[in-house]
Amino acid sequence: MATAYDNAMRQAAPEHDDAGPVIAVDNVFKSFATHKVLDGISLKVRRGETVAVLGRSGTGKSVLLRLTIGLETPDSGSVCIHGRNIAGLALDRMGEIRKRMGFLFQHAALYDSLTVGGNVAFPLEHHRRDMSRSERVDRVKQLLAEVGMEGDLEKMPSDISGGMQKRVGLARALALEPEILLLDEPTAGLDPISSGEIDDLILKLQRERKMASIVVTHDLHSARVIADRLALLDHGNVAIEGRFEDLERSDIEFVKQFLKQS
Amino acid sequence: MTGRELTVAQSARPPLFDRPATEPRSIANTVEGRFSGFLEWFGSLGVFFWQVMKAAATPPFEWRELIRQLDEVGSKSLPLVALAGSAIGVVLSLEARYSLSRFGAKSMFPATLVYSVIQVMGPIMTGLVVSGRVGAGMGAELASMKVTEQIDAIEASAINPYRLLAAPRILACILMLPLLTLAADTCALLTGWFAQTLVEPLSFHQFVESGFSGATFNAFLPPTFKTAVYGFIIGLIACFQGMRTRGGAAGVGRAATNSVVLASLFLILADVVLVKFILVFFP
Repeated sequence: MATAYDNAMRQAAPEHDDAGPVIAVDNVFKSFATHKVLDGISLKVRRGETVAVLGRSGTGKSVLLRLTIGLETPDSGSVCIHGRNIAGLALDRMGEIRKRMGFLFQHAALYDSLTVGGNVAFPLEHHRRDMSRSERVDRVKQLLAEVGMEGDLEKMPSDISGGMQKRVGLARALALEPEILLLDEPTAGLDPISSGEIDDLILKLQRERKMASIVVTHDLHSARVIADRLALLDHGNVAIEGRFEDLERSDIEFVKQFLKQS
Repeated sequence: MTGRELTVAQSARPPLFDRPATEPRSIANTVEGRFSGFLEWFGSLGVFFWQVMKAAATPPFEWRELIRQLDEVGSKSLPLVALAGSAIGVVLSLEARYSLSRFGAKSMFPATLVYSVIQVMGPIMTGLVVSGRVGAGMGAELASMKVTEQIDAIEASAINPYRLLAAPRILACILMLPLLTLAADTCALLTGWFAQTLVEPLSFHQFVESGFSGATFNAFLPPTFKTAVYGFIIGLIACFQGMRTRGGAAGVGRAATNSVVLASLFLILADVVLVKFILVFFP
């Protein structure tokens, strides 16, 4: 049965083809008060592709992710998901699009009044009302097992470490089987082993689910492992975009400096 | 004095001297800034209210959250409201008996107590007590969720935060305030009567008969149900202040304080309008 989302997509992009970009950010400007954060940035991500967004702190990487899921509105330019411009969409219409997106926040943003299991079950309780309680519990257990947290179902977010919180956040982001995954610094603040585990997990998920992903990270090693393409941001725009080898060959002074310091 | 010394001397000057507040232009700018901030606040409140209305009027309805909030606002405020109502009843009883005795109108005591509790003291006291307890709680809870990105996470999960968080809280306040007011009124009348009987025996039957003689529904229902408006004000302002918070722990504190202060202020202002409205339409 066609969902409201399917209908909205059909109306919005009748000629949508699978080869087209799933995410298309085009000439987006964004300022907060007088501070210009994004300065005409453009970025495209296709199905099954992972793009790592790198750059110095304050260059607008997280803002780019928030714009992609509609938590911020661009001052100008367009952000298209499956060919549909999401800028200015009403909350409920945007909700239909967000159901097919997963977002991992930088600090996980788990609901502190719910258990680990409750956090993962939260999107299912609201959007999969067709699921029985036992089906939901099984699904939550399966998702937590995927991120290696199956034994922590009843724990509260305050009782687990930052790395574990990120895993739970990732499980929650995957609950509705998204086609688009947005990860805001998934390995920041983690020890190298946990960081590597998260990278492996992201790679495994990418292979299995063919999602379009944007990963914001400071971790160049992680970006090299998980991403098909890298986009290096400078002053609110993409300084260079390509594979890691393209960045290494670049003559741009900022790129050389960034790679040297990372 | 060298250039470097001059710079240091200038930077060490008390900021008072740098403040151009005494200049008429600056005063005008400050007033203009405050006024535009004031208008912006009202504009944002209007947009917030519209978003909540739209979310509340369209399915899916968050029944489970509404029941949780009814318990949070109603059951958990009941002891405090009952205690405050009881204290007010005793105070009013003592004051009324003394004042009425001075004018030789002691027989008016039951009616004075009943009318002053039900028409004035019960509703406004309940509103202010709930504004303090619930307003601060809601403001702080939502503000904490906002600064830890939990509200963004709700939105990113394709759930309308106005529907899930704001609408049930505001509706719970609207539904619970009249019931809490009835509880406060009852406690105030019981303790008022009890305080009277300790000084001068008066049967409860006599107290009720005398207090409610000649009373009509118009005298009692509008003052009780006007507290639904208080509930709306408390819920709306607490949710608005909480969900627009910025700035970490300090922001959470500010949201809680502002929720209580603004809700109490608007509640008292609303009372002025509502009393006039009731006098005109329910004479």
